Amino acid sequence: MMSNKSQAKSKFSTHGADPGKEKYILRLFVTGMLPNSARAIVNARRICEQYLKGRFELEIIDIYQQPGLALQEEIIAVPLLIKKSPLPEERMIGDLSDTKMVLKGLNLAN
Amino acid sequence: MLKNSKLKKGKLTFPKAMTGIRGLDLITGGGIPKNRPTLLLGDTGCGKTIMGLEFLVHGIASFNEPGVFISFEEKSAELGINVQSLGFDLNKLIKDRKIYLEHIPIASGRTLETGKYGLEGLFVRIGAAIKSIHARRVVLDSMDSLFHGFDFRILRAEFTRLFTWLKEQKVTVIITGEAGNAFLTSKGVEEYVADCVLLLTNRVVNQIATRRLRIVKYRGSVHGNNEYPFTIDENGIIVLPEISVSINQFASSKRILSGISELDVMLDKKGFFAGSSVLVSGTAGTGKTSIAATFAQSVCIKKQRCLYCAFEEAPNQVMRNMRSIGILLEPLIKSGHLYFYYARPTLQNLELHFLAIRKMIDETKSTFVVLDPITNLMTEGPNSDIRSMLTRFVDYLKTEQITVMFTAAITVGSIERNPSDEGISSMVDTWIMVQDIEVDTRRARSLCVMKSRGMAHSSEVRRFNISKKGIKLLDIAAGTIDTVADKKRSAKEHETLSTSK
Repeated sequence: MMSNKSQAKSKFSTHGADPGKEKYILRLFVTGMLPNSARAIVNARRICEQYLKGRFELEIIDIYQQPGLALQEEIIAVPLLIKKSPLPEERMIGDLSDTKMVLKGLNLAN
Repeated sequence: MLKNSKLKKGKLTFPKAMTGIRGLDLITGGGIPKNRPTLLLGDTGCGKTIMGLEFLVHGIASFNEPGVFISFEEKSAELGINVQSLGFDLNKLIKDRKIYLEHIPIASGRTLETGKYGLEGLFVRIGAAIKSIHARRVVLDSMDSLFHGFDFRILRAEFTRLFTWLKEQKVTVIITGEAGNAFLTSKGVEEYVADCVLLLTNRVVNQIATRRLRIVKYRGSVHGNNEYPFTIDENGIIVLPEISVSINQFASSKRILSGISELDVMLDKKGFFAGSSVLVSGTAGTGKTSIAATFAQSVCIKKQRCLYCAFEEAPNQVMRNMRSIGILLEPLIKSGHLYFYYARPTLQNLELHFLAIRKMIDETKSTFVVLDPITNLMTEGPNSDIRSMLTRFVDYLKTEQITVMFTAAITVGSIERNPSDEGISSMVDTWIMVQDIEVDTRRARSLCVMKSRGMAHSSEVRRFNISKKGIKLLDIAAGTIDTVADKKRSAKEHETLSTSK
């Protein structure tokens, strides 16, 4: 897995967005349309389109609608972006306005 | 204080929720703010978690209010034990949907921060927990864990928001936290957001640790400002308020004989009042224990129950010594009328002694209590503490209509030297003093009634003799005493004294 990861990293760094490679499964937990949540949704979509075009699956979950998931995923701070795949799982809190930090969390940083 | 809160009822006051914790509802004048958050601060090991749990368990048992316990620290096993010690089965309460436990771990240092965030996740989870069992009470234990996981500036705003949000949920909340937490105290958060702040401390004075509770703030309510000692025993928390139900004490006019007929004569010919407190004071070897034992024997013979608390001598020793003056205590123990409480004063602190005694009174259903001697307990802490504790204890006994006799190694002289002792003599109803005096160049015991509230007591000083047949009071005049017989008697007494010491 370790080698897989470093391989992926090197490919991303050279090719940037590379469709057909590792698929990203992301979950963004928000609370209704609160300002932080609304910003997070916009930022998530923008980053995914820009860096993961064609190989991402972004599920936006409103924990107001599904409070059970908040328990299941041990959520406290919101917005929360969880990178489910590729492993390892990574959790990022905040409105995703710090793109650099998000890329680091997604393992896409150079 | 109770009076004040009654007066205030006419004005606008916040409704209160009884905690069910013994004593706490008294000093808060009826509990903590209903449907509002209360901050419970204290150092580690002060009893915050137990207090929170008791609040929930009593809510379920006494007020049929289901409760949510949110723990930010992993200690579910401990919680079960604590709840069990209060006489409830945690698993059953959970199954019956009376209590809901949730552990919210705070993962620190693992999460990346990518911008602004809030703690809505926490709100959603608390909200879901409340909804799941229709809770009316919530405990968040403890908030400190949150401070480690998140950005300080965001937390500050979120904390205020949490309080506001909790108020909207129409639940009565206890939030616990470290007393020394800079976030809570020095930043003054609690000043603005919490309506009620309770502070628990655990201080060691004279090598004895005492837990204390203070109401730092209670918006819109009159409250006691003092630090109130509290203890945690196997039945939970007891806060010991100085101002107890004493106002409503019932004053009996029933009389109780002292067991010494001459003394009864001195006390308006009828003896003590039932439910009153009697102090027998005097220097060493003046026969205080003998008077107390005579009293205990006389009430037990009348099929009443008496608890004899011996702090100086072991029960066996007391029994042996009393046998020598014709007071047989063993049969009274066997017949279930006399009970002994024996503990070294140093074994535990004074409050625990009093609690243990209270428990024994409840168990044995005693209506008479002897504390012999009270002065031994008084070495156990600064005088003012002792006095307030004794006052509370006497208050309790009076409310329960229990007649109590204390013995104490104090005299008028010692009171003059040490005015703090006065507290004891002023809180008792009857004060009997035994002294050594000189009559015709010989030492003799004397007895007088210093005071006895509500009766025309004798002001005589009587000669006081202890023989094989027990205690006898004589006239002080030397001529009336057979000198030879008296010499023999005093020799005997001397023997008795030397064996008892």
